[in-house]
Amino acid sequence: MQSKQREMNFDWRKNIVYVVFIIIFAFFSILLFDKGFLTTTNILNIFRQTAMITIMGVGMTFVISTGQIDLSVGSITALSSITTAMVLRSNLGIILASVVGLGTGLLVGLANGLITTKFKIPPFLVTLGMMEVVRGLAMWITHNAPIPIINQKYNNLFGLGNIGGIPIIFIWTIFIVIIGYIVFNHTPLGVYVLATGGNEEAAKYTGINTHKIKLITFLISGILAGFAGMLYAARMQAGRFTFGDGDELSVIAAVILGGTSLNGGKGTIIGTFVGSLIMGIINNGLIIAGLDVSQQMVVRGLVIVFAVAIGSKKD
Amino acid sequence: MKEEILRMVNITKSFNQVTVLENVDFDMRKGEVHALVGENGAGKSTLIKILAGVYQPDSGKIFINNEEVKLRNPIEAKHRGISIIYQEFSLIPTLSISYNIFLGKEPKNRFGIIDRGKMVLEAKKVLEKIGLNLKPESVVGDLSTGNMQQVEIAKAILENSKILIMDEPTSALTEAETEKLFNIINLLKEKGTSIIYITHRMKEIFQICDRITVLRDGKKVLTSEIKDTSLQDIIRNMTGRNKKIEVLREGTKALNKQSKTPLLEVKNLSSSNNFSSVNFNLFPGEVLGITGLLGSGKTELAQTIFGIEKKDFGEIIIKGDIAKIKSPKDAMNYGIGLIPENRRTQGLILNQSIKTNAVLPSLKRFCNFFIIREKEVMNTVKGIIRQLKIKSKSLNEEVRFLSGGNQQKVVIGKWLIYDPDILIMDEPTIGVDVGAKSEIIEIIKKMAEEGKGVIVISSELNELLAVSDRIIVMSRGKMVKELQREEIENEEELQRAIQTA
Repeated sequence: MQSKQREMNFDWRKNIVYVVFIIIFAFFSILLFDKGFLTTTNILNIFRQTAMITIMGVGMTFVISTGQIDLSVGSITALSSITTAMVLRSNLGIILASVVGLGTGLLVGLANGLITTKFKIPPFLVTLGMMEVVRGLAMWITHNAPIPIINQKYNNLFGLGNIGGIPIIFIWTIFIVIIGYIVFNHTPLGVYVLATGGNEEAAKYTGINTHKIKLITFLISGILAGFAGMLYAARMQAGRFTFGDGDELSVIAAVILGGTSLNGGKGTIIGTFVGSLIMGIINNGLIIAGLDVSQQMVVRGLVIVFAVAIGSKKD
Repeated sequence: MKEEILRMVNITKSFNQVTVLENVDFDMRKGEVHALVGENGAGKSTLIKILAGVYQPDSGKIFINNEEVKLRNPIEAKHRGISIIYQEFSLIPTLSISYNIFLGKEPKNRFGIIDRGKMVLEAKKVLEKIGLNLKPESVVGDLSTGNMQQVEIAKAILENSKILIMDEPTSALTEAETEKLFNIINLLKEKGTSIIYITHRMKEIFQICDRITVLRDGKKVLTSEIKDTSLQDIIRNMTGRNKKIEVLREGTKALNKQSKTPLLEVKNLSSSNNFSSVNFNLFPGEVLGITGLLGSGKTELAQTIFGIEKKDFGEIIIKGDIAKIKSPKDAMNYGIGLIPENRRTQGLILNQSIKTNAVLPSLKRFCNFFIIREKEVMNTVKGIIRQLKIKSKSLNEEVRFLSGGNQQKVVIGKWLIYDPDILIMDEPTIGVDVGAKSEIIEIIKKMAEEGKGVIVISSELNELLAVSDRIIVMSRGKMVKELQREEIENEEELQRAIQTA
């Protein structure tokens, strides 16, 4: 009946990210074939450039699926790149540096989660404030100066290295996507996240501690943003307060473009991955096509609007 | 015979090759109340939506005042004097009554500024017309459900509606509010407004309606004067089978049930403003009915036992031990399940599949090291779909696409899978068709036979009488009567017990 019709519409919407991906990829492949868009080097380059957005996107998918948002991820990458670099500067080892980098994200996520659930303040406002606080901290503790990382082992492990010709940063990305996919699709947590976002009251009536679930999604988002910061640090061989500036918007755009509902209750990790690749391909293609930064911004902005338009369309 | 105001002829409508309405005729006379009934999925709402201009019929004609009309959209239907009062009201809670009923057609002065004085005055007139003394300045969000509905009606009157469609208008009303609604309906009748009255409550049809049309599987099976028909007649036409509403539970053997240790003892339980000093026991194999008018505290009592509302004092004792219940999860760990009053907002996650909804409370049981055993989940859910005869395309179908009865079966199914010792059901058959209703009653009986304790909270008295071993009557937050099933002769007697409480 009418339901069937709606369902078909929805399937189309659900898969639109893949259609868009193929169209954009084909478009640039043909248009920029002579300029080397399709070369292995360039494709790997795209993966490298989108790695952090994808990793943060995995966490953001959890957050948005519960009907919340996390605007602090970009700032977290900056702070965690700095805390990691500081530990490395003191020669305390890669393991401690990693713990501190991830812990930085975890702590900010914890603050986000506790403030939203305990004081019932909308996540938009809490994380907007936290975005400022965290980047401010990053500037403050470094006096706006980058902290170089001379530990090449660290830099190779998290940013610059290759395994069999594949950039290590890409391997990390795939690892996170797979773990995220399994947790999201095959564990109770994933189901509880969608239940909380779909209908929080009904989830409560089913014995789900929805506050705890919301808090956990902020922890996941925080840790993954912390990890993205570690990757930034390794790739740039420094911790720096400017890292991840504006990333939160690219991440949210990638997640929504991927098919996760801004209203909560629907989410897809693979969609986020593809959404993030779409953003990367557009950026990369436009650079190769010779557009300057201002023009790239215009196109990217339009893509974000497009993504949100799809995401906020009621089903 | 009164003059005919509406005639729908040979209306046919399909969605994706599924015929939802087939050659349906329907007519309305001026100033009549016409009941439109049928099980869920019979085509009532499609017919109504065609009349309201939401859907276009594939074939068939619509005449208003003997003139053929095309209702291409809701605005055209409104212009022809057709208004719907939906179950979920379309009011804006933050605005006042007068703003709401004038929404989109506010009287303005010559500078284009809203003429508030005039608006309030006109609103007052309309409200008085249907015998309401509400203040036009009151904010709608502060009103009771009954008053909100009255504001909706006032809005329709202001739009000069000739045909008013009421979709389950009493489902959220108290007895007194229902009474008031019936007064308004009678007033509207006198003024020549025709009303299409959709309901699942047979009793109301005989109270307020002049004629009845029954739909079954997209076809019209009966149109009759109310005085020429009977309850049995209507039910037979609706279900297509001669199904009696069962009034008595087979030999209630509550006596020996009560000799065992109670599954649940509630002692002196109180929750601020909601109820106080509630005491009762629930024994294994027993169905305990709780009834009372709206505001009696029966729903809050269930929510407190289930850990949603906080208790102020008193004890909940499970199988002889004092239970500390602070959240639904605690209650579930003590083996309590709750089927909430509102299945759409509390019972189900509408945009999730049958499968997800059905296993949600029991998910942990289906896990190996956090990974869900998908196959086992599917088999379990398939089993419950078969057992409860849930009509669906697949177990991955989103529950919002199911009919009310099937949605409620999913809610029941999720608790059957969880398998609690004590199941509390709050209005388990509300908005459910007659067929599903008797199936749900059978499920309740079966649970009791298996030695579980079931609490059924309901305002449908025949349903309570059909399943309960004992019935508690609540009023204004107090337990006022506890009756053994055998003590109650019939529905009227129970109704009297509630009314005189």
